[in-house]
Amino acid sequence: MSKKMHITLTVNGKEEEFLAEPRELLIYTLRERLNITGPHIGCETSHCGACTVTINGKSVKSCTMFVAQADGADVTTIEGIGGPDELHPLQEAFKEHHGLQCGYCTPGMITRATKLLEENPNPTEEEIRFGMAGNLCRCTGYQNIVKSIQAAAATMNAAKEAAE
Amino acid sequence: MIPAAFDYYRPKDLPGVVALLQEHGDDARVMAGGHSLIPMMKLRMADVPHLIDMQDVDGMNGIYVGDTGVRIGAMTTQAELIDSAELADAAPILREAALQIADPQVRYMGTVGGNVANGDPGNDMPGLMQCFDATFTLFGPDGERTVPAREFYEAAYMTAREDDEVLTAVSFPTPAGGYAYEKQKRKIGDYATAAAAVQIVKDGGSCASASIAMTNLSDTPVFSEAAGAALVGTSVDGDAIRAAVAAMLNDIDPVDDNRGPVAFKNHVAGVILTRAIERAWSRA
Repeated sequence: MSKKMHITLTVNGKEEEFLAEPRELLIYTLRERLNITGPHIGCETSHCGACTVTINGKSVKSCTMFVAQADGADVTTIEGIGGPDELHPLQEAFKEHHGLQCGYCTPGMITRATKLLEENPNPTEEEIRFGMAGNLCRCTGYQNIVKSIQAAAATMNAAKEAAE
Repeated sequence: MIPAAFDYYRPKDLPGVVALLQEHGDDARVMAGGHSLIPMMKLRMADVPHLIDMQDVDGMNGIYVGDTGVRIGAMTTQAELIDSAELADAAPILREAALQIADPQVRYMGTVGGNVANGDPGNDMPGLMQCFDATFTLFGPDGERTVPAREFYEAAYMTAREDDEVLTAVSFPTPAGGYAYEKQKRKIGDYATAAAAVQIVKDGGSCASASIAMTNLSDTPVFSEAAGAALVGTSVDGDAIRAAVAAMLNDIDPVDDNRGPVAFKNHVAGVILTRAIERAWSRA
């Protein structure tokens, strides 16, 4: 066992402080230490994207980051995007357009999609498929995920226009 | 998957990094984005008792496009490479290649320096750097030195970098003419079955110069001088392309693995190089 480190993280706007071994993977920190279980462990080999979170404005697979690397970082998980009382437009669209079946990949999908739409508010189908290529879904065949993201983009753009 | 325990360091400057490397020798590794190293540590295929995280080291980021050349700091991510309008103008092949590396999440973390320094034959940037005739800047106990990309790779994961040196930047003359990076992979996120980087300069109707490098077809990237030479002075017609492919096949040395047997890899290498040359020529 190596020496424990003092870690400070901001997760969904809340500051967290604890001691951890540097080798702890961020996904375990979130799920087992902080009880934030939205991000899932799928492949645990940087392929499937079920563990995707946003760290300092980037979509990151949290199974491929040591907690030591994230010390001082700002982390957003699906829990920080929206909840049952107030669904994010992406969550609403996934529900309406059957963007999920078993739901295992969904937190990672939606977390990644928030970033995709932030960078490209009007993506084409091809841009959505390319921008979501780091997230695997074994149920839907992706068709309804693409539709959900397109629908959410339309809703979000309309809301933005209405606000202006 | 839990990697073996390690001591973690986050130095603020390069002398601090080198001091740690000198103290711990090959028990220490530097880490940029970690998306090659962390998976290897999780599989316990890499043993890293002392891990040096480069994220706080100043002066290792950034893309500088000058009148005659380009310098890219080692900590520049693939995503930053893709987003740079200046670079898309000066060396568009880099963007074309970077978009074919891994997936969006990995490209936010993966860096140019990590990709070239790691020495994995599957990485795409080493072949590109050989195509450009780039030079790598290494910082060590005696200061800086440079090594040509075409002399950097010795074998899989074996490079000209010493244990107490850090690769800090890549530099290359602004590439001229048409370009193409063509990559065959089994799925998004996979390493290449075969990939080709081609830069071609056209003068009148004929090829004035051509630079060709191949990826994941040997235990190092392969700069095929003979393949480029086979195109020079020709109109890059079918015969010239076939001659270039034959010359390239002479220079690569693929092995049987889960991407296919040797005969298949040679076949794919030929197809990929043909496509890359045709596309580069159409843009020249």
